Amino acid sequence: MRRIAIECAHAASLAVKLANVDVIAAYPITPQTHIVERLAEYVASGELDAEYINVESEHSAMSACIGASAAGARVYTSTAGQGLALMHEMLFIAAGNRLPIVMGVANRCLSPNLNIWGDHSDMMASRDCGWIQIYAENAQEIFDHTLQAFKIAEDERVLLPVAVCFDGFHVTHVIEPLIALDQEEVDRFLPKHRKAIYRLTPDQPSTWGPVGIPDIQTELKVQNELALNASKKVILEVWREFGDLFGRYYAPLETYRVEDAEAAIIIAGGFAGTGRMAVDKMREEGKKIGLIKLRLYRPFPIQEIKEVLSGIRAVAVVDRAISAGGLGGPIYGDLRNILYDEMDRPAILSFIAGLGGRDITVKDFIRIGERALKAVSKEEVGHKVEFIQARM
Amino acid sequence: MSWQAFKSIKDIPLEEYFTPGHRACQGCGETITVRLVLKAAGPNVIVVTATGCLEVVSSPYPYTSWAVPWYHVAFENAAAVASGIEAALKVLMRKKVIPEKKIHVVCFAGDGGTADIGFQALSGALERGHDFLYVCLDNEAYMNTGIQRSGSTPYGAWTTTSPPGKVRPAGQMTFKKDLPAIVAAHGIPYVATATVAYPLDLINKAKKGLEVNGPAYLHVYTPCPPGWRFPSEKTIEVSRVGVQTGVFILYEVENGQFRLTVKPARRKPVIEYLKMQGRFRHLSEKDIELIQRYVDERCSKYGLPPVEASTT
Amino acid sequence: MSEDKPTVKTLPIAGIIFEPGSSRKYYTGSFRNQRPVLDAKLCTKCGMCWVYCPDAAIFINQEGMYEIDLRYCKGCGICAEVCARKAIKMVDEEE
Repeated sequence: MRRIAIECAHAASLAVKLANVDVIAAYPITPQTHIVERLAEYVASGELDAEYINVESEHSAMSACIGASAAGARVYTSTAGQGLALMHEMLFIAAGNRLPIVMGVANRCLSPNLNIWGDHSDMMASRDCGWIQIYAENAQEIFDHTLQAFKIAEDERVLLPVAVCFDGFHVTHVIEPLIALDQEEVDRFLPKHRKAIYRLTPDQPSTWGPVGIPDIQTELKVQNELALNASKKVILEVWREFGDLFGRYYAPLETYRVEDAEAAIIIAGGFAGTGRMAVDKMREEGKKIGLIKLRLYRPFPIQEIKEVLSGIRAVAVVDRAISAGGLGGPIYGDLRNILYDEMDRPAILSFIAGLGGRDITVKDFIRIGERALKAVSKEEVGHKVEFIQARM
Repeated sequence: MSWQAFKSIKDIPLEEYFTPGHRACQGCGETITVRLVLKAAGPNVIVVTATGCLEVVSSPYPYTSWAVPWYHVAFENAAAVASGIEAALKVLMRKKVIPEKKIHVVCFAGDGGTADIGFQALSGALERGHDFLYVCLDNEAYMNTGIQRSGSTPYGAWTTTSPPGKVRPAGQMTFKKDLPAIVAAHGIPYVATATVAYPLDLINKAKKGLEVNGPAYLHVYTPCPPGWRFPSEKTIEVSRVGVQTGVFILYEVENGQFRLTVKPARRKPVIEYLKMQGRFRHLSEKDIELIQRYVDERCSKYGLPPVEASTT
Repeated sequence: MSEDKPTVKTLPIAGIIFEPGSSRKYYTGSFRNQRPVLDAKLCTKCGMCWVYCPDAAIFINQEGMYEIDLRYCKGCGICAEVCARKAIKMVDEEE
């Protein structure tokens, strides 16, 4: 273990190297390109023994990952924005065929217009693909969650691909401290090679991707959905094991000053950091507000959310994406969905911010926090979507 | 050459790796081809198939005609999936996770999945130099969805999306992409064309492609009874007349060296080929002349004899 | 599927078919309107019918003779067409 300064994107590359990945599919797109560039250096120098496929598009990147994973390899790729959108159909196949692929997503705004900067519209547009989705806030989380992702994905009880998401530019391009594990430590946590039970091999010929006639397609889709839900148990196990080994424990939600809070801000990703600063400012004025960071997005941590929110009277959900058609943000919608039946449900407010790389400032979070506090006293309730940064 | 060429039908292994019970139409040219290519490959192969007739007829759950490991992922990415499999096998053997053994990687895709939607993935895989054999089953249209034109549909062919009419009298108004030539331009070690009427030529080319180190491409003209509109028993004859008229030119390009492998001593006029198929029924005399000129140009470029005078 | 249909619990993972060549259980002979009849006296065992059958429905039996597996034969007529000795004739499928 050693403490280093590293660009967040490179933290992902480092984790992938330590994970002894077998095949990497690489295609450039801002703001994840640094990940695959560093991986190219590792492979070229011999530091990482892997096949590095310079694919000709992101669709082929995921296709190559699918092929390699089906053949039994440990596989990684990374993408962002348009690239993720381009591989959209492949995401469903990767999950549906139960392939333990790990992918880094440097969350980037979907066109139009062309926007290379961060927001969550890319992963949110593909959130129903059946992948496990984890949001990381900083270099440490990117590093840790990427390593954990291989272990989670390859677990016999899971066999599902994992996307580790992190905000484009605001996270990917900053240099942060990282407690980097060394190879010997990683080897205590993650087996050096994947044990592929189901794979393409002449020793046991099998047919993958046959025609799924109506008679069985429902069962297949339900089976995969149940598997995604059941993966939470393994995710928690892996996080506990990681914590026991290295001292850093992770949970589906990360709470900040919610113990006696009346209101809370909920957000996924790097801007939780700014949110905490705003919470501190408001707490100085005696306002009872806290922040909840959503780490595990799919499978959705239904139980944990209900527990954390019991006692909280108003929740401001900050989404970096719009769920088009009047429904506010995606996380907001999910929250309303699962809290609908609760006897004691809080007021839930939707705030859209941080689109296309726009900075969410402490001031913005304070405005959001004030609205949430107002809702505690029932001054502002009901379904209302606030595009809090838009000059209307 | 460290392997033995198949010299007669009797040399071809009896083992079937593409089993009966598939749902292909009567007289399907694709399935004849797949049987032969798999016999050349043997059991140590992993096959990737693009969406299309072959994939659909061979894998309706729970029935599979594949006695070898097989993956169908999507329409446009057979070559990309194969790239991943090839890379995985390479590194897993290098890391001694799986035993070192020659395992061929073979793609089957139709003309739609190769000339059109699959073009990018194929080009990328060829440029990267993966060790695999890509077999394009060219029945000259999107047949599985009910006979729609593709980039490989020949001039004058009726398809449901290129029907003849006042505005487009010939039906398909452009000439097919020369896929083998485009592939050869990538500079890969082996490119060949074949057709079902010449099974030894076909299987030997498949074998060569498999044995070569690096990408190999085999373009097979596979007549389709319902799509080309001819009775199912005529598949082999249509294929043979295609060669005899110079519409299908059978050659190979081995490390840049061109060689014609089947050269008809006399070249029949193209009408002999066109009249066998209902998809060309609407053609005018001018269309047929145009097609004859097009075929003549190609044949002279490839070293085939000039066309014989018509006997009809 | 004539057997019990798979459930969410029993459906093999990822929709994979784990039994290679299971299509042998599906008899496509019902596709045909006419069937080939092979006259062994005329057959020279050249193998052309075997090579060209799209359905691999022709095989060499224990006596070393070519035989047509009527469970799978779709009656396409290619074998009769390619046989140089006209040893195979297509006859109407009787009911």
